[in-house]
Amino acid sequence: MILIGELSLWVALLMATWSATVSFAGGRMGRADLVASGERATYATFAFVLLSSIGLWSALLSSDFSLRYVASYTSANLPAVYKFSAFWGGQQGSMLFWCLILALYAAIALYANRRRNRELMPYVTGTLAIVQIFFLATTAFGANPYARLDWIPPDGTGLNPQLQNPGMATHPPMLYLGYVATAIPFAFAIGALVSRRLDAEWLGAVRRWSLVSWLFLTIGITLGMWWAYVELGWGGYWAWDPVENASLLPWLTGTAFLHSIMIQEKRGMLRKWNVTLVVSTFLLSILGTFITRSGVIESVHSFAQSPVGSWFAGFLVVAIAVTAYLVTTRLKDLEARAELESMVSREAAFLYNNVVLVGIAFSVLWGTLFPIISEAVRGSKITVGPPFFNTVNIPLGLLLLALTGVGPLIAWRRASIANLKRQFAVPAAGGVTLGVALFALGMRDGYALVSYTLAGFVATTIVQEFVKGVGARRRMHREAVPLAFVRLVARNRRRYGGYIVHLGVVVLFAAFAGLAFKKEYDLALAPGGTFTAVDPYNRTWTFTSQGVSRYEELNRQVTAVVLEAKHGSAPPTLIKSEKRQHVDSRGVPTFEPSTEVGILESLRQDVYLVLHGVTGEETAEVRISFNPLVWWVWYGGMIMALGGLIVMWPQATRAGARRAEGGYVVTLQPQRAERERVDAGV
Amino acid sequence: MVKARTKFIIGGILVLGTAGYLMATAIDETAVYYLTPGELAAKVKGDSTFYDTGVKLGARVVPGTINRDPGGRAVAFSVTDGSHTIPVTYRGVIPDTFTDSVDVVVEGRYNRDGTFAATTLLAKCASRYENAPEKYQSTPGYKAAQRKSA
Repeated sequence: MILIGELSLWVALLMATWSATVSFAGGRMGRADLVASGERATYATFAFVLLSSIGLWSALLSSDFSLRYVASYTSANLPAVYKFSAFWGGQQGSMLFWCLILALYAAIALYANRRRNRELMPYVTGTLAIVQIFFLATTAFGANPYARLDWIPPDGTGLNPQLQNPGMATHPPMLYLGYVATAIPFAFAIGALVSRRLDAEWLGAVRRWSLVSWLFLTIGITLGMWWAYVELGWGGYWAWDPVENASLLPWLTGTAFLHSIMIQEKRGMLRKWNVTLVVSTFLLSILGTFITRSGVIESVHSFAQSPVGSWFAGFLVVAIAVTAYLVTTRLKDLEARAELESMVSREAAFLYNNVVLVGIAFSVLWGTLFPIISEAVRGSKITVGPPFFNTVNIPLGLLLLALTGVGPLIAWRRASIANLKRQFAVPAAGGVTLGVALFALGMRDGYALVSYTLAGFVATTIVQEFVKGVGARRRMHREAVPLAFVRLVARNRRRYGGYIVHLGVVVLFAAFAGLAFKKEYDLALAPGGTFTAVDPYNRTWTFTSQGVSRYEELNRQVTAVVLEAKHGSAPPTLIKSEKRQHVDSRGVPTFEPSTEVGILESLRQDVYLVLHGVTGEETAEVRISFNPLVWWVWYGGMIMALGGLIVMWPQATRAGARRAEGGYVVTLQPQRAERERVDAGV
Repeated sequence: MVKARTKFIIGGILVLGTAGYLMATAIDETAVYYLTPGELAAKVKGDSTFYDTGVKLGARVVPGTINRDPGGRAVAFSVTDGSHTIPVTYRGVIPDTFTDSVDVVVEGRYNRDGTFAATTLLAKCASRYENAPEKYQSTPGYKAAQRKSA
């Protein structure tokens, strides 16, 4: 199986090379036979990459330690699920995983467009094949998971215990699924630029794939935050680490694109800008991978330094040069078809949304690359920390939150005073009421008050939209409220799915603002010792140590402390935090001891317990923190993902029926025909 | 009547300008030198104010120098870049990945007595998230396995 797997990798590389060559040649010469051959080669590439992946999976699951990769990331006593997930746990395997997803996506995109977008498909196929060649070649030459050891170790060295967590088993593949999905819109953009078919057809496919990418990045980033929070024991979920930033960057530009594409669909504006966003999103994904793999920027995440970094840097330079050339030579084909008519309009709100998202992306990029920039300019590495990112991004983030409420409700083209009053009077009152109420309750943090006021405003706009929509259906179809609600969402997925995403954003912002009220205590507790602390809601908690215990589990020795936590008249709860020393199948310790935090979750706050160590016989040195509203981060992320799924869910188009059923639909001449084509796309 | 496009551009410049201003001031306030022990020693020689400014020091932990406080919340160790070795003291949460020979980044002040008082400690995983199999080559089990496989 190993031999087959390794050979398949090389065959896949040949197939991708063939696909790239004949697709471009076929597109240029207009020869359908070559184009068809190129597409078949893309399907074949997928088959061989899949075979190669199965080879690695079988080696991992059967613990074939003759492979360096298997010996480095697994051990015989590792639970099977982590043997499986070790596939993407290390440099070499994750490169192959990347190839696998790209091959899968390419095959799906080709199949979906086998009868559509025919003029640009040869170039799309060719571009995807070139990206695939790059990844396959990097895997085969720079990070081959099939590299053998010249001796066979008795056991592998095991997976780092911090990675033995469901969040870590799922977070990287989600991010990879998101990163790689940016390649498809990129390929369509290149295809459209090369073939000069820059009308609206290609946007349908691009929008669908941008949503795929956005959805997986959202899930991946949320899982990453969750993993950092429950596993790393520092009590936070976002540290502005370069690798975290790397995953945020394509998310930001992708989000900007999903908004600005609506303006192109409806008004034919922003055509250059949208191509730029699509391309930048892909390039930022590659840059993110480069940052993660090369070790040029100090990060706690970095993989082993390897030549893979310079491969990525080279690819990035070439990709930027090619796209810059293509865009500048086709500026004429990308002229806008309409002009901005008023500052008080949906177009303007969406434009500002783009300005802010790209502004945030730029500041994050700048802060992340600052050590490299300063070394190049001033000769010494200077780093900026979380305060930099917070100073810049909190105000920008709040502006974005405000636009989240304004954008979907304001009229296209030019909003009248009546429109503004009708749409925003109630939400503005809702936001201000919430802000004043919180102030009266004693909240004094400026940013938090602004956040909650805006969150109240946006939440009210969303509720108002649902109420109006449900009301309209009830009047027109005499439906009961739940049915009207379900049909309203089902028949207008883009619009109401979008509102659900926005609701998730509101929940996230509310959760972020809660961090301003975090409280921490460091202390030592002997068995029976008690500690009293006040939480951010001014309630008094009593913690009593139940002592320290030591025992053995499957593949680890555990030292645990248990505290009884009690507040008010509520029944006491137990919280446990552990230090784990992992051992291999012969009982030899592997890795350093790892910490397992104890978390008492609730809607209001998490009580978060970390065992630092044990002094004497049974005195536990612990940190107790009250982290307000952290629960809302995970649920905000989940609501966003749910909204994204609703938007993406394929909908049979019934253009005529739809207008009658869906509350009201904005119709704008003269792009109507174009828009309907887009809705039907992919 | 100013065109909407012009107004939008003015608004955009205002937003981005504010962001740019915030970025510039934030960099002034939070920027920290990132140095190796050798570079730090050279900087201090040239400019003694480097004793009192916060810096980040990136280096490798010298094996056998780690002296942990039993409570698990303070530690003393030495770091090196091969040319210079600097003793470090640190109080706070010690990351799980901190051990002999890992690459660490410590942030704090370099004292005039030649020690580094760190307020944050970041440890990169030994060979990141992998464990080099070579360490087994010296274990007894390995020889037996090699004979078996031969």
